[in-house]
Amino acid sequence: MKTNDVILQTTAKVVFFIIFLFSIHIFFAGHYAPGGGFVGGLLTTGAIVLLLLAFDLRTIQQILPFNFTIMTAIGLLLALGTAAGSIFFNVPFFTHAFSDFDLPLFGHTSLHTAMLFDSGVYLVVVGSAITIIQSIGGDD
Amino acid sequence: MEFVLFIFLPVIFAILVPFAYKKIKGIHTGWFVLLVPLVLFSYYVSFLPLVMDGGHAISEMKWIPSLGIAFTSYIDGLSLLFTLLITGIGSLVVLYSVFYMDREKEDLGSFYVYLLIFMTAMLGVVQSDNTMTLYLFWELTSISSFLLIGFWYTKDKSRFGALKSMMITVFGGLMMLGAFILLSIMGETFSVRELIAQAPDLMNQPYFTLALVLLLLGAFTKSAQFPFYIWLPDAMEAPTPVSAYLHSATMVKAGIYLVARFTPIFGSASTWIWLVTGIGLLTLFWGSFFAVKQTDLKAILAFSTVSQLGLIMSLLGAGAISYHATAAIFGFATYAAIFHLINHAAFKGGLFMIAGIIDHETGTRDIRKLGGLMSVMPISFTVAAIGSLSMAGLPPFSGFLSKEMFLESMVALRHFELFNFDTWGIMFPIVAWVASVFTFTYSMYFVLKTFIGQKKFEQLPKQPHEAPIGMLIAPMILATIVILVFFIPNVIGKWIIKPAVMAIQPTLYASPSAVDIHVKAWHGFGAAGLWLTIGVVVFGTLLYLTIPKWQPFYRIQPEKLSLNNGYDALMRGSEKGLNRVSRLYMTGKIRTYLLYMFAFMSVTIIAILFIKDAFVLDMNSFTAITLYGSLNAIVLILSVGFVVFAKSRLAAIIALGGVGYSVALFFVIFKAPDLALTQLVIETVSVALFLLAFKHLPALSTHGETKRNKVVNLIVSLSVGVMVTLVALSSHSQKMIPSISQYYKDTVESEAAGGNIVNVILVDYRGFDTLFEIAVLAIAGIAVLGMIRLRVSRKEPNDENK
Repeated sequence: MKTNDVILQTTAKVVFFIIFLFSIHIFFAGHYAPGGGFVGGLLTTGAIVLLLLAFDLRTIQQILPFNFTIMTAIGLLLALGTAAGSIFFNVPFFTHAFSDFDLPLFGHTSLHTAMLFDSGVYLVVVGSAITIIQSIGGDD
Repeated sequence: MEFVLFIFLPVIFAILVPFAYKKIKGIHTGWFVLLVPLVLFSYYVSFLPLVMDGGHAISEMKWIPSLGIAFTSYIDGLSLLFTLLITGIGSLVVLYSVFYMDREKEDLGSFYVYLLIFMTAMLGVVQSDNTMTLYLFWELTSISSFLLIGFWYTKDKSRFGALKSMMITVFGGLMMLGAFILLSIMGETFSVRELIAQAPDLMNQPYFTLALVLLLLGAFTKSAQFPFYIWLPDAMEAPTPVSAYLHSATMVKAGIYLVARFTPIFGSASTWIWLVTGIGLLTLFWGSFFAVKQTDLKAILAFSTVSQLGLIMSLLGAGAISYHATAAIFGFATYAAIFHLINHAAFKGGLFMIAGIIDHETGTRDIRKLGGLMSVMPISFTVAAIGSLSMAGLPPFSGFLSKEMFLESMVALRHFELFNFDTWGIMFPIVAWVASVFTFTYSMYFVLKTFIGQKKFEQLPKQPHEAPIGMLIAPMILATIVILVFFIPNVIGKWIIKPAVMAIQPTLYASPSAVDIHVKAWHGFGAAGLWLTIGVVVFGTLLYLTIPKWQPFYRIQPEKLSLNNGYDALMRGSEKGLNRVSRLYMTGKIRTYLLYMFAFMSVTIIAILFIKDAFVLDMNSFTAITLYGSLNAIVLILSVGFVVFAKSRLAAIIALGGVGYSVALFFVIFKAPDLALTQLVIETVSVALFLLAFKHLPALSTHGETKRNKVVNLIVSLSVGVMVTLVALSSHSQKMIPSISQYYKDTVESEAAGGNIVNVILVDYRGFDTLFEIAVLAIAGIAVLGMIRLRVSRKEPNDENK
């Protein structure tokens, strides 16, 4: 039976971007306000799942032509690399560093290595969740 | 320069080997690899003058300082001797392998990587002063040996032999680890040197004997002593350079090294002397006796290696007597052990290479098909004859000197009066002499049956001819050493053996020159060794000439009673038996496993709550009931009820989502926005995931469950619910440890420069947890991918045995 899902598809197209932007916001805000890499990643996954419900798997793969397995690997390497990086500065494993910078456009900004680690978390969450969904959903 | 890093040179070089193998096609990879042992050998030779005066060198690299574990390279006479053996014989073996291993047909990349890993491991074993790193390297030798034996992994026998050797040597390694841990408990240090310094105190500790036995198990399994030797003949499936290197010259001598290294600690115990000497002699006899039974050239050499290792072992045991008796003859035994160890490495390495050459040039190693090769392979014959005569203990070869010292030492055991040796001591020289007769016999059997006798070339798979000169260089060098040592034994003694003897018995000698031993080939007609040697030659020749008459008697031993059969039965039995045990409770149904887990969890936790009287209820800490809260709770309970009674999966999954959302609402009510957010999104994603997986599941069925099953399920689920409720209530009602929240509040700004404690905990305070969690998440993702996307069709045949 062919279902008519015009409304769902049209809404999904818009809502996807709203959720995605919100997830990015939540990811960056994480250090000071509720949010963080884990929730951000999950929200992004949720946005993609919404697209999946509205369209089918193949369309999603065309829209987002990433290899999510490799994304997982990159995320894991990033997290591990941030944690291991501290060894080179002769401080214990996993010591984070932070400092304030004056950046163009952003103005006075506080930058953390914790952010790098968090983006690793974000990538792993998105990567493996979508990998799981793709492999289970794609198995026909 | 921290020379401890040189231990790692081979393994670092191993990283480059696959590139050299892939990219540089014109040159045999072995030529590059040859550099490593050569460089190391010439570097370590520079330690000789230092060590000769009784000095030592230490270089340390911290690894896990908090546990006192470090890579410590400790170079004294004993470790330098082994180091030179490893790098020296290593160079020759790599040179030999360049001609033995075909560049086109063999996977040289893997071969040399394994070999270099082994080299690092072996250097680590003999140089480590720290018992924990010694253990690490010890097991690494077992693993690299496993890889090398199984190098031709398409052959069943290779895989079997590899597994057998690993089973036995890793078992011994674990026993040895036990000994090291006991020693560290007794001496409160991992350092061998410090343990040796407190040797007299260790003697009286309760664990002393246990540690001794465990350590010897490690040494005996590695050095192929009776009854653990059974792995060595099967290890002969390895390529011949490997047999020459690992299974005769170096790895199997790790056990000898261990015994020598720990002699200062355990040597004064009577158990040590009895076990090391007794098992050593038994192995010597057993190996030499069964060597004549073999028909495969390499098997003969394997049994002869077993027997020679027993000989060295027994000498080390006899050498330990010098802690009790001052007679110089017992110091002699240790000297003889080291001397014979060097000689054995030289002649046995050469013999293995010759066996490889014969295999290479004739296509067979079966001694029944071989014969009369002398005329076509004169150089090989000469080398083999030198090696065999040295092994048999004849002049003018180095084996004669050490063999005679061995016989003298064994004869001297008669005069030792402690520990019941006055009654049983006479057994030792007799067994030693009989074993020497058989040693002579199998040495002749090896060389004469192959090279002399009838020519049977038509039976050979290949037309035999002399090996290429490159292949002969390494065995020729070894044969030259065998002869050279006979004429300058005391130079070798002064440079290498005496420092090693001093390292084994540091309390007895102030400096290497205090080891007052002068080796002579001729002791006059009064010497017992001379007459024993003459007896060995006479009886050995007789036995050799009558081999066809008595060789069939080996068949009297029924196959069922052999040690090999015992090993097979043990392996098969444990596999079957354990399978049967696990089948008892492993039904293959997840619901059964969940039942076990939940039942166990609730029973233990409720029992502990009850026994420890830990249940406390403090109503004061609870918040007041609100309207939103109670509404939400009603929704929650309704959805749970719906999950339980739902008739279809779809309904159950959606109801489960409802449960999750209402829990998220609770988080909102209790002002935990982070948790609420996460819970909401997780719930959304997991419902979607469940729905995706849903269509792959079979229709909901009862799985043939009876009423009794259902009652059990009900009881278990109720008890889980009760358990969780009780734990939640009492953990909320009592704070036994002050909460850490205040610390987080105080430091989140100053230490982590953040504002959101929850996220700072995730990425900073408890970043380790997150790191491992995302690793688990990634593994789960890849596992699902592998399970579903990459799964191999079951109909596809297993091509392992192709």
